[in-house]
Parts: sequence; structure tokens; C-alpha cells
Amino acid sequence: MTRPVYINGIGSVSAQKTFDNASFLEDITHHSDTVLNVISPDYKTHIPPAAARRMAKGIKMSMVSTKIALQEADLEENKIDAIIVGTGLGCIGDSEKFVMDIIDNNEQYLTPTRFIQSSHNTVAGQIALGMGCKGYNFTYVHSAISFESAILDAKMQLENKEADYILVGGVDELVNHHIDTHRLIGHIKQEPVETMAVLKSGTKGAIFSEGAHFFVLSSEKSPSCHVELVAVKTFNNLSKNQVSGKAQTFLEENNLTSDSIDLVILGYNGDIEFDDYYDELANGLFSNTAQVYYKHLCGEFDTASGFAFWLGNKIIRHQDIPEVLRLNSVEISEPKTILIYNQYRGENHSFTLLRKC
Amino acid sequence: MGAGVAITGMGIISAIGDNVSENYKSLISGKIGIGKITQIDTVHKDEIMVGEIKDVNPSLEKRLKFHENQNSRTVLIGCIAAQEAVEQAGISDINDVRTGFISGTTVGGMDKSEQYFYDYFDRPDVRQHITGLHAGDSTKKIANHIGLKESFVTTISTACSSAANAIMLGARMIKSGQLDRVIVGGTDSLSKFTINGFKTLMILSDTYNTPFDDERKGLNLGEAAAYLVLESDAIVDKENKNVLGYLKGYGNANDAYHQTASSDHGDGAVLAMQKALEVAEMDPSEIDYVNAHGTATPNNDLSEGRALIRLFDGKVPEFSSTKAFTGHTLAAAGGVEAVYSILALQNDVIFPNLNYKTQMKEFDLSPVTEVKKKPLTTVLSNSFGFGGNCSTLIFSKAK
Amino acid sequence: MTELKLELKEKIIEQLNLEDVSVDDIADQDPLFGEGLGLDSIDALELIVMLDKDYGIKLADPKEGRKIFESVETMATYITENRSA
Repeated sequence: MTRPVYINGIGSVSAQKTFDNASFLEDITHHSDTVLNVISPDYKTHIPPAAARRMAKGIKMSMVSTKIALQEADLEENKIDAIIVGTGLGCIGDSEKFVMDIIDNNEQYLTPTRFIQSSHNTVAGQIALGMGCKGYNFTYVHSAISFESAILDAKMQLENKEADYILVGGVDELVNHHIDTHRLIGHIKQEPVETMAVLKSGTKGAIFSEGAHFFVLSSEKSPSCHVELVAVKTFNNLSKNQVSGKAQTFLEENNLTSDSIDLVILGYNGDIEFDDYYDELANGLFSNTAQVYYKHLCGEFDTASGFAFWLGNKIIRHQDIPEVLRLNSVEISEPKTILIYNQYRGENHSFTLLRKC
Repeated sequence: MGAGVAITGMGIISAIGDNVSENYKSLISGKIGIGKITQIDTVHKDEIMVGEIKDVNPSLEKRLKFHENQNSRTVLIGCIAAQEAVEQAGISDINDVRTGFISGTTVGGMDKSEQYFYDYFDRPDVRQHITGLHAGDSTKKIANHIGLKESFVTTISTACSSAANAIMLGARMIKSGQLDRVIVGGTDSLSKFTINGFKTLMILSDTYNTPFDDERKGLNLGEAAAYLVLESDAIVDKENKNVLGYLKGYGNANDAYHQTASSDHGDGAVLAMQKALEVAEMDPSEIDYVNAHGTATPNNDLSEGRALIRLFDGKVPEFSSTKAFTGHTLAAAGGVEAVYSILALQNDVIFPNLNYKTQMKEFDLSPVTEVKKKPLTTVLSNSFGFGGNCSTLIFSKAK
Repeated sequence: MTELKLELKEKIIEQLNLEDVSVDDIADQDPLFGEGLGLDSIDALELIVMLDKDYGIKLADPKEGRKIFESVETMATYITENRSA
């Protein structure tokens, strides 16, 4: 019998004010742009300046998100015995600066810090260094399933008793060259969009953003825990007409049917080219199920589904679905079982199942 | 003792050969792949030596029947190695069972990103490389090349232990019943990015790297791709597969000591090796040969040597680093050395640690320096990386 | 020398991103590494680049840095004796 996987603590730094776990999207920040930056917590209160001096933004966001998650799990740092991070691009800001330095200075007078930060595993490494955690340390870098790969690994670690308390998270930062180049190829919207109306934009591309979402997972349920991670599954590619079938199979594998799902969290991002993947579920299998979306709040980034994971936890915990998230008006008295579906540009699909416990 | 996870195929391209058999021939004939850099125009070309894959991109593209300049070199070499692994495993339909692909890379498409960084704005003809900056993009393209559909495909980037960790994850997924078959390993091409990065750390040698030598001056960067095919016992039995060897044990730990350097006494390395032995249910005394990480930096070889002494309680088995042949191939290193470990087991041979002359002052350890025939049952392979990442794999002979 | 020492302190603070440190906090003889300012081996590499870029002094072996970067005093002395300009 495999061990259950509980989510004991959650932390978020995003384009909304999510770094305070006491509130739940009570104060929505509206944007009108093609890119969104995170609402930064006061990093200085969380990270000593000596430690912060060589930290890229992605590391700082992750450090704060981690602290919030640990606090909520009421867990001492030294109990963490594995750290698993997902990130599409790592600390891309430093990578880009290092490339620019190479080109602009003709490979002269380069300094090591930017190179070190640009290693994709620098977040997981720095967290381990900060905590003195000598356990398992992995970093996944696979576009829209970077976060899910990390979650999947953590789940396997716990089920197979390879670790007891795991810090797992997703992080990505937004930087200029990346924005400019991705706008060039139409992955970012050309014109500013009112974020709350992004689904009605009628244009190609998404609103890009950034964020850090960290969680404490364990097979030991903490007193504050409300949510169990039931399953996660990813697919490198699916055609639109396969989405419903794969969702159904995924539920069956977990002894569930579409009727057992109280709420679906869909990754709509307002890109008219690819949002119809979500329509497959919203208008089909789950047309009579309560539906929410979230990228109008947090934007699109490789680990944006970390925000969905955070959201699922919050909804079950608070037993409340803020109106701003609703896609339909299906009534729901007690959200217990939640399915998250995400994909990016028709690739890297993921299904994640959360349950009240 | 558990049987381990069966390895049914392998593929490799490195500075010492375009496939498995060429690599083996080079290893036993002492043919090294280190030389002056020819394919990247860098101001450091006279001060460094590298392990370059001979073929230029257009030749690789021709071999793969790819259009010109659509892919990073990391993708091209990855496709060649993955294809060889799949062919060797005798897989006719890659999607006939639950198959996954897990690749390690550090640079991904950085070779192209750095080349066209400022050009994207004026040159629509090179914009196909923009998304290549995502490390996962290389994995996606290799997965597509081998025809994987609706499958588990992911990328691990833990610096120089990436491929070892990809192999580890693959084995865990087979053992936990999530996959029936998985192709695992890593790929990294040379780039100005890594050349200059390692240069800033002042750990590049200006001559042939000399692992575990007292006079060692640092590493030579290399490029390579290498993959293994792991399959479940059920598939092996059902299809009567030829097993090349078994992955018995694996362990990952963090040194939690420094952002780039290893701790003086190799704490993380000892932990990783201990975990791998635990998973393999083996005693240290059962290890016949250690394929060391042995990058030839002052820091790594001292730390790793001390870790070996600690783990084996002074009775360190025969060991060597093969980086004098290939250079340090970063994310691919764990895959390259996994292939070499299997070759060692298949042929009962220990590959030499070239360029070694003087024993290190700090301890009484000398690597094997000549090709040595010896019956081998188990091989332990280490891969360590930035961010304190330490990984160990243990392989055993096919029965 | 005094001017050079002040200049070095400013550069160290800027290059190494020591936000909470001011020039007055660094005495000429204060150890830069370990106990003193708490710099580490990555900072040493940063300082080696600074020597090269700003004073035309190239170090081939990072170990050479240990003695030179003991304090602002030792750095200033070394630069005065070896600078190319």
C-alpha cells in the first residue's frame, strides 16, 4: 500500500498579492499590459542582505514562497529531506546578461556570478545551501510541465518512502530580451489587454508573467492540512480530440468518473489559437461541473500551473470560490475533488487531481 | 538483492566516436578526443582544449535528414544518440508500450541563442531558434524524432549530474510501475556560454586534462549525447530481450556547501554513494570498479578522492576517470559514463585514466592508467555538479 | 595610496553588491574573507576580474588571490606595485 501525499504548506509570489496566506484573492490587481511582473513582497524582511546579494529575482521569489509554505506547514527547515524545483528557464535574467556580456565585451572581463546563477538548478541549490539540506535535490526544466514533473517526482519519493518532508515548487522570472523575442514570434500578445477580459481578446499569444509557488508535501498530515495530492499525469503532445479521452482515462485510473469532480481549474490564457483545448473539457466532459480559470490573474509562464495548484489548495481550504475565478455559474456547495488541466501551445499537457482530506 | 532495472539499448556520440562501438574502440586503444577548438570562434581558442564531436552541424543534419539550421547542435547530437539506443534495443514501435523520455541538459539550445541573440529582430530566418533557449525544447525535439506520442517526456537540469539524474528518475518510474520503457540520458553541445562560464571560474586547463594527478590544472570541456533504454522485467521477459546490463542502485544527495565547489571531504558524494549502495542492497566491498567523476579540477578530484576513501574505508577499488578521453561533457557526462560502465561490464575491462603521472599529495590513491582486463560484476559511476548536486549510479553485469 | 584604498572599497561594495556595507565599515586592515567582511571564493573570482579590467593585472591562478585580497591594504600595495598603467 503506497503512502498518501498531503500538502501541508503552500506559498505563492505572483502577479497578485498572494504572499499573505491569511487572505484569498480579496484584493485583485487589474493590469492592462502584455506582460505582468509579480507583486513583490518585502524581500529584505525575509532574506538577510548578505545572503541576498548574489540572488537573482527568481531565487528571492522562491526563498519567500518557501518560507511562507514552511510557516504554514509549521515545519522546521531542517526537517526537509528533499528539494525538487520546476522551472522553464531558471534564472533567465542572469543567463541573458551573461550572453550579452559575452557578445558586448568580446568574451573579456566576464564575472562568475551571472554564470553561476544561470545554471538551471541554482534555485534548488541555493535553497539547499540555505537550509543545509543534504537530501535529494532535483530540478526539472520542461516548459509547461516543469512544475508537474517536480510534483510527480515528489509524490513518487513519498509513496516509496524515499523522503518524508519534501519542498517542491515552480519558479520563473520575466526578463526583457525574452519578452522582446517571444513577442516577435507571436507568443506574447502584440497589444496591451485588460487582463480581466483576456479571454475575450480575440488575439493570438498570451500575457506573459512570472511567479514562484512552493509547497511542503509529506505523508504525515499536519494539523493545518486540508488537501491531498491524488495524482498527476503529463503528456508531451495531444491533439484536441484526445483531451477528453485522456482526462477520462486519468480519472478512471484513480477510480473516479467525471461526476466525482466538483471543480475543474482550466489554464485558459486568452490565446485564440490554443484556448480551444480547454473548450474540449469545458463544453464537453465537464459542461455541468463548476469551472474556474486563473491566468487572467497570474499571467502565462512555464510554471503558471503552480498558481493553479496553489488555487486548488486555497479553494479546498477556504471552501470558497472567489467570483473573479468563475467561468460558469454551476453551483457548488462543498468543493472536495478538483481536477487541474493545463497545456501550453498544444503541448505539455498535465492533469492534476487534488482532494479534500 | 533486487535484480535492478534492465538496460536493453544504448547510444552515444562523443569526441571519441559517433556510436557505441567507435567509443569502445577509442577507449581500449587510448585514442583521445581532446584538441584545439575548431567549430566555435572564441577568443579563448588558443588557451583552451576541448573534446569536440568531429562532425560539423551540416554533416549531422545530413545524417539525420534534417533541414539546415533548424535545430541546435544539442538536438542534433541528442537525436543521433537516442536513435542508436532505440535501434539497439530492437524497438520497432516506440509507442507500443508506455514509453517515456527523460533527458538531461544544461545549455539546451544556447549555441544558437548566443549566435543569434541580437539578430532575431532583423532576421526572421533564424527565429526558429528563439524557443530553443528553453532547455526542454531540445528534449521535445528529440522525443519527436524518435516518434514518442502522448507520453511522459521531461528534462532534468542539475548541472553536471543531469544525465545521471535522468537515468535515476527513469529507473524509479519503471520500478514504481509508471512506465514500461524509458529512454534516459543527456545531451550538451559546446557553446561560448559554457566556455566563458567555466573560464570565469578559472577551472579550465590550457592543456590535456589530467584527472587525479597532483599537477592537474583543471578540466577540458567536451560535448556529447548518450542515452540508455531501460525496460521493465515484464517487457524483457515477454519479448525475450537481450539485456546489456542492469542498473542496480542510484543515489542523489546535496553537498549543501558551496554554489559551485565540492566540500573538502566530499560529504554529498559519500551520501550519494551510500544511498546508491542501499538501493542496490550491496556492500562497498562488492564494487569492482569506480568510473569516477574525475574532472581534473583541483577541487573535484580532492573532494571525490576523499569521499572514495571514506566510503570504502580506505580500501578503494580500482578506479579511473574517462574525462581525459572525452573532456567534461557537462549534462551528458552521466550518460556517457553510464555507457562506458556497461561497456566495461560487457567486456570485462577497466578503461585507463590517461595523462596521470604524479600521485596527489593529500592521499595514497592512484587510478588505473592502462587498459586492464579483469572480470567485472559491478561498476559504480559518479557524477557531481554545481549547486552541490551529487549522483551515483551502480551497474551490474547481465546474467 | 589613500585614494586608491577608498576607490577599492567603493569598487568592492559595488562589484560584490554589498548593499548594507558602507566605505566607513571597511578598515584598511580588515580581513576581507572569512571573519571580516565574509567574502567567499566566488567573490575572489570577481575581484580577480576587477584587477584585470580596472588595473590591467592578470592572475593566472586563483590561489595567488589569497594573499593579495587579504585586506584593502594588501590589495592597494599589490596594485601599486604591479599596475600596468
